[in-house]
Amino acid sequence: MSNTDNSLYPGLNLTGVQSEANEKAETNVFGFWVFLMSDLIIFGILFATYAAYLNPVGLAGGPGPQELFDIKSVAIQTGLLLLGGVAYGGVSLGVKYDSAAKKVMLWLAISAILGAGFVFFEVSDFIDQAHKGGIPQASGWLSSYWTLVGLHGLHVSVGILWIIAMITQIKTRGLDDTVKIRLSMLGVFWHFLDLIWVGIFSLVFLVPLS
Amino acid sequence: MIQQTNPIFGRLDWSVTPYTDLLNKVTSSTIVGAGAATVLVVGAIGAVALLTWMRWWKPLFRDWLTSADAKKIGIMYIVLALVMMARGIIEGFVMRAHQATALGTLAAPESGLVAPDHFAQLFSTHGTIMIFFVAMPLLIGLINFVLPQQLGARDMAFPVLNQVSLGMTAAGAGLIMISLLVGQFGTGGWTMYPPYTGIEYSPGEGVDYWLWAIMISGIGSTLTGMNFAVTIFKKRAPGMHFMRMPLFCWTSLCVAIMLIYAMPALTVSSTMLLLDRYAGFHFFTNAAGGNMMNYANIFWMFGHPEVYILVLPAFGVFSEISSTFSGKKLYGYTSLVIASMSISVISFTVWLHHFFTMGSSVPVNIAFGIATMVIGIPTGVKIYDWMATMWRGRIRVTTPIVYLVGFFMLFVIGGLSGIILANPSIDYQVHNSTFLVAHFHNVIIPGVLFGMLAGIHYWFPKAFGFRLSETWGRLTAYLFIGGFLCTFMPLYVLGLMGMPRRSPTFQNPDFMPWMYIAAFGGVLMLAALTSLTWTFWTSWRNRERLAVPGGDPWNGATLEWSSPAPVPEWNFPHIPVVTARDDWGATKRGGDPWRGPDEYVDIEMPANTYFGVTLAGAAFLLGFAMTWHIWWLSIVSLFTIVAALFWRGLQVVEPVIVPAEEVERADKQYRDRIASLTPVRRVEEETEHNRGVPDITEFAG
Amino acid sequence: MSALILTMWPGAATAETLATQSFLQPMGPVAEEQAAHLLRVVAITMIVILPVLVGVPLLLWRYRLNSDKAKYTPEWEYSNKLELALWGVPIIIVVVLASWLWYSTSKLDPYKPIGENPLQVQAIGLDWKWVFIYPEDGVATVNELAIPVGRPVELTLTTDTVMQSMLIAPLTGQIYAMPGMTTKLNFSATRTGTAEGENTQFNGTGFGRQKFTVIALDSDRYDAWVSDARSAPTLDDATYTILRRRSVLAETRTDLGLTKDATPIYFSAPDTALFDRVVQKYHQSRTAHTVDELGGTGLPPQGGGGPE
Ligand code: HEM
Repeated sequence: MSNTDNSLYPGLNLTGVQSEANEKAETNVFGFWVFLMSDLIIFGILFATYAAYLNPVGLAGGPGPQELFDIKSVAIQTGLLLLGGVAYGGVSLGVKYDSAAKKVMLWLAISAILGAGFVFFEVSDFIDQAHKGGIPQASGWLSSYWTLVGLHGLHVSVGILWIIAMITQIKTRGLDDTVKIRLSMLGVFWHFLDLIWVGIFSLVFLVPLS
Repeated sequence: MIQQTNPIFGRLDWSVTPYTDLLNKVTSSTIVGAGAATVLVVGAIGAVALLTWMRWWKPLFRDWLTSADAKKIGIMYIVLALVMMARGIIEGFVMRAHQATALGTLAAPESGLVAPDHFAQLFSTHGTIMIFFVAMPLLIGLINFVLPQQLGARDMAFPVLNQVSLGMTAAGAGLIMISLLVGQFGTGGWTMYPPYTGIEYSPGEGVDYWLWAIMISGIGSTLTGMNFAVTIFKKRAPGMHFMRMPLFCWTSLCVAIMLIYAMPALTVSSTMLLLDRYAGFHFFTNAAGGNMMNYANIFWMFGHPEVYILVLPAFGVFSEISSTFSGKKLYGYTSLVIASMSISVISFTVWLHHFFTMGSSVPVNIAFGIATMVIGIPTGVKIYDWMATMWRGRIRVTTPIVYLVGFFMLFVIGGLSGIILANPSIDYQVHNSTFLVAHFHNVIIPGVLFGMLAGIHYWFPKAFGFRLSETWGRLTAYLFIGGFLCTFMPLYVLGLMGMPRRSPTFQNPDFMPWMYIAAFGGVLMLAALTSLTWTFWTSWRNRERLAVPGGDPWNGATLEWSSPAPVPEWNFPHIPVVTARDDWGATKRGGDPWRGPDEYVDIEMPANTYFGVTLAGAAFLLGFAMTWHIWWLSIVSLFTIVAALFWRGLQVVEPVIVPAEEVERADKQYRDRIASLTPVRRVEEETEHNRGVPDITEFAG
Repeated sequence: MSALILTMWPGAATAETLATQSFLQPMGPVAEEQAAHLLRVVAITMIVILPVLVGVPLLLWRYRLNSDKAKYTPEWEYSNKLELALWGVPIIIVVVLASWLWYSTSKLDPYKPIGENPLQVQAIGLDWKWVFIYPEDGVATVNELAIPVGRPVELTLTTDTVMQSMLIAPLTGQIYAMPGMTTKLNFSATRTGTAEGENTQFNGTGFGRQKFTVIALDSDRYDAWVSDARSAPTLDDATYTILRRRSVLAETRTDLGLTKDATPIYFSAPDTALFDRVVQKYHQSRTAHTVDELGGTGLPPQGGGGPE
């Protein structure tokens, strides 16, 4: 049902006939939440799978967490990703207070760079692990590890691509309502990835090491 | 088996068609295979010729393929489903014919109409097609067509996304179709359990066809689920509170929620199997720590909710038609809502009953067995609610009611066998037997198929402006009921006699009488299919006499019957303000229901776009290229998809504006038309006098 | 009761002469109880089903459009009492059914031994046949399971190929057999006779012929069976590798140089560790060394091409 009260999405500072843009924002953002719910199920199943393979049979005599995980690098990744989330706060505030498009783009770029840093460390970890024999073809457990963590990494990469797309869109069409709505969805996505990472950090890395 | 991969053609070469098999060796099996491929090729050529001959290409693209109108998308879904159903039913018949000739001995090689491997492809494609490309598109199509109209909305929340969903489903269906002509299909059944379907035991393209078809169409279904959910939450007409929604909307909501939560599991299990097959991962392999039990778990976390996704919309249809054709309010609305909701929740807690025999412990089996039985409670309540709806009504035995009665009488038998199977101790005996095959057909055909056909019959006039022939419609229904009884009742007996499902051969001569009855049932099913096709054809030819421009041929009570037939693109000239459950019925009771709105406004409709077609084409090519290891084409199609997404994001999409005057002209014309038509009484509903304007004095007695 | 149903089936007379294939002709306590439970469930569920089967035709007749006697209450849509019955009756029935389910599931747990000192038999599922090993007696067979009447049997299963499911309907229900894992079936025969056992999980082209004979013998005849089998050739690793090929029994026989028919094959089997080695094969790390003992863990070669 349409809600004509335009205080609904004050954070987006939508222009024009407020009610219409708000209605669209409401539908789209709600739809995006629903999408993430479904994505969350995917991660949930992968977490469960990871747990199911985390045993001697699943390890199948291949290299295990002790040999493969570099907790220092994981900590750095965590820091970068979370900082990226904080940086996105700049984007949201910029949209809210009608800052110049330049400023919004700058914050977007910072988030993307922090995200890229995360991906960089993650990939170099993967390469390291592969050198130690920790390839996904080595055991059921490693298959599940690569799939879960890899899928998250893929999400972050898609997020970076999305940021680039949004920067292009701001450049070409300006900060119009559609772009603002998309920025808010991207924000939800970006923070969602932080949340998943917290799960990965504790369940994938900390649990088997402790 | 190391296969050569050509950089340009991947693993494709001339040896992959069924014609090559036929040239190598002429047997009944290769003849059937080549015949099927020929039907496909001739059908495709015929379709292209027809489109060209009739100059229909342009209208096809302009009015249909690029349209984002949920009603048109819904119709396209249903057409797709019916085409696939034709193939599925023919395959079912071939399997029945095969087993009727498949009595053999242990010492001699298998005999019968088709070879064992061919038989295995048949049950795999049949099952996959029937579940994913018949039942799913039927219900998704019907919901697309009906839901916005019942909610008092103009369209879905995301019309273009809707187009993409249809495109993904069609791409998946296309992959299954092309497998008739190019290469083989997998032989692991519709569940494709590894390790049998792993790369070691099933090298080649067969399982990959299945995987890509399922993954691509699965994305479509997930997006559809979201679209339905958001539509129901955000797009209801003012005053359409949840507890005023027609039951069909409620079951659509259940379906939407279940799609959102269940489809990801299928995506995950298929992706894992894909990684095993393409990249040497060890999720479900025999060695190196793989464990196929995880596949069974994840697959059925999707699979069980899926069967309720299939049946709930049919329950929605039954709720609508039992009330309409009894001329009565639906009995126990709240009960039915609660029952639908509890079915969708409980359906997520029973998946393990698909593998009681995998060695789970007694407490686990007991828990899941009881959970399964508990689902029987709301289901039973529903059946009795519909009976109570018919009690003290004025029942017209139209085609939908024939389907409903067939459903009542047959579905309870399926329910009985379901309760039987819910007992682990009995399931140990009849699991994997034809008893199980009989059970699920017993719930799917009377439940899903009858429900969907009843729904098509019921809403057809709304889509095309004329009714379907009742005579032929009823004949079709009777043939389906008879065909069902003859085909599947014998399978219960065979299952109790110990015959495993998916048997390419058997040695017990006592099976034969039952096999013959079942084969005869297969013939009846073919007859039903023919009769269904004929129903559409003959009704089309008589469309003048069957026309119902008044738009309310059945004296219905829900909003969609308040508009003309065929319904205009914008559904309602003015978004209705809802004041009661069954709002249209309440308006009729109030008298003068066809009063026009006081003022007309411009209407925004989604613009046509090639987005969906582009993505569908690219997704089809991606699946095909990956199946055949044609890497360059995979990369190109993947790139096309990404580029299309980027391009769409950069576009400022303006809706199409239908000016108020145009709406007013069309609407006034309709109102005048109504005034000129004579209302028809229920006894004359099936005659030519039915012009879609019912006698409202009759509406409530 | 179940016998009654069977005699109503056409061709039931010939069924007597063949190996029994149905649990409605039980040969032991497990299948007997399963058949009884089936009838019980059907009977109880009928309470909610019969009213539909009878009621719907009555409704159609009584409330047909042009009946002028019948009442018409178009606005009626709710009744407290009816609601109570509609929910109450199914709930009660499910409670009753659930208690029976609980009872029969715990009673018929295939892992629970039927009695003291069961006969241990190991079964290995292959493409498309079963190998039975009797570690106590040192014999093995392909596609024949002989058991003494009256003595409980504990069958331990695994497979050396894809997943399979073993069903011996007249004696007990089925259970899956999976590579690298073991599952169990406990049962016993109360009368002599032959039953047909089978795989019920599709596993390729030979699936339809993956049947085996179960013979329940008096203990003297069983002992004679064992000593006959003891004098058969030995089941060594090389022979096992031939068995593991993808072939149905008749083809396996030609691989072993026997007549090409479907009679079971007997072996003496001194290697009591064979079964465990088959299970263990799947637990060795691929990275450590490729497993090639006992025919490896991958897709076996096609059999039926004659002995090497
Ligand atoms: C209309 C006539 C139909 C006929 C004659 C028919 C016949 C068959 C036959 C012979 C089999 C193989 C049974 C076996 O494995 O022993 C089968 C399997 C199956 N059918 Fe149908 N069927 C029909 C309709 C449907 C419908 C409407 C659906 C679902 C919407 C459906 C879903 C399935 C599924 C899921 C399987 C299992 C495939 C597998 O083994 O993996 N069938 N059917």
